[in-house]
Amino acid sequence: MSVNFGSKRIVVGAHYGLRDWLSQRITAALMVLFTLLVLAQVLFTHGPIGYATWAGIFAAQWMKVLTFTIIIALAWHAWVGMRDIWMDYIKPVWLRLSLQVFTIVWLVGCAGWAVQVLWRL
Amino acid sequence: MTELVTPSRPQRPEFRNINAFKDLPHYRLPLAGMVSILHRISGALMFLLLPFIIWLFDVSVSSEISFARFTALFNLGAGPLPGWFFKLVAWALIWSYLHHLTAGVRHLWMDINHAVSNEFGRRSAIVTLAVSLVLTAAFGAKLFGLY
Repeated sequence: MSVNFGSKRIVVGAHYGLRDWLSQRITAALMVLFTLLVLAQVLFTHGPIGYATWAGIFAAQWMKVLTFTIIIALAWHAWVGMRDIWMDYIKPVWLRLSLQVFTIVWLVGCAGWAVQVLWRL
Repeated sequence: MTELVTPSRPQRPEFRNINAFKDLPHYRLPLAGMVSILHRISGALMFLLLPFIIWLFDVSVSSEISFARFTALFNLGAGPLPGWFFKLVAWALIWSYLHHLTAGVRHLWMDINHAVSNEFGRRSAIVTLAVSLVLTAAFGAKLFGLY
């Protein structure tokens, strides 16, 4: 068990900053890989891309699971980024809190919709 | 008492609180600063248009009929708005995504390599802007049917 009292007490905060910083980068890297995956499937298609080809990309169950994780990654990533923007520019606490609540509602709502679209397919 | 001999210099502008209307119009941002603020703007734009993006995903994958609505949006428009308007919006989103992605890869590169210097910041900012703008032009040409 780590010691967190006396001379060993950590006084530099709870390291929430590191967690946000790291999660923003990991989610970003995942989204880049997903982008390349989808882009490759689109680019290596012969002829014009119709409905069957496009929907076919998302039809397999593994692709749905992968896309689902990317939706969560995107919401998480956007939350960290939007929170940074509100913290930098919005000083009144009531307004900042309201905008942060709006951001969460917006992202959770969008993620829910995207998941529904995905598994209805 | 010795007098300090200092050559007289022109008064330099001092920015304490940056005023969006008084200072920003003639605030000279270095290229790395441009990439940074555009990173924010592009991210915020995609965040605000997220429901539109998911709606596009919805109609494009749900069925043959909805897919026809998806293509009609860009060819015929919707309501009073013409198709080219939606192409412009899509193009803005394409730029946002490409800029955000390229600037993000630059960030990751700097994190991994501790590549922190004025020189690297400037050169990588030029590369970022060049890559994202060239790709945006290429995707835009495809979107507007130039090839």
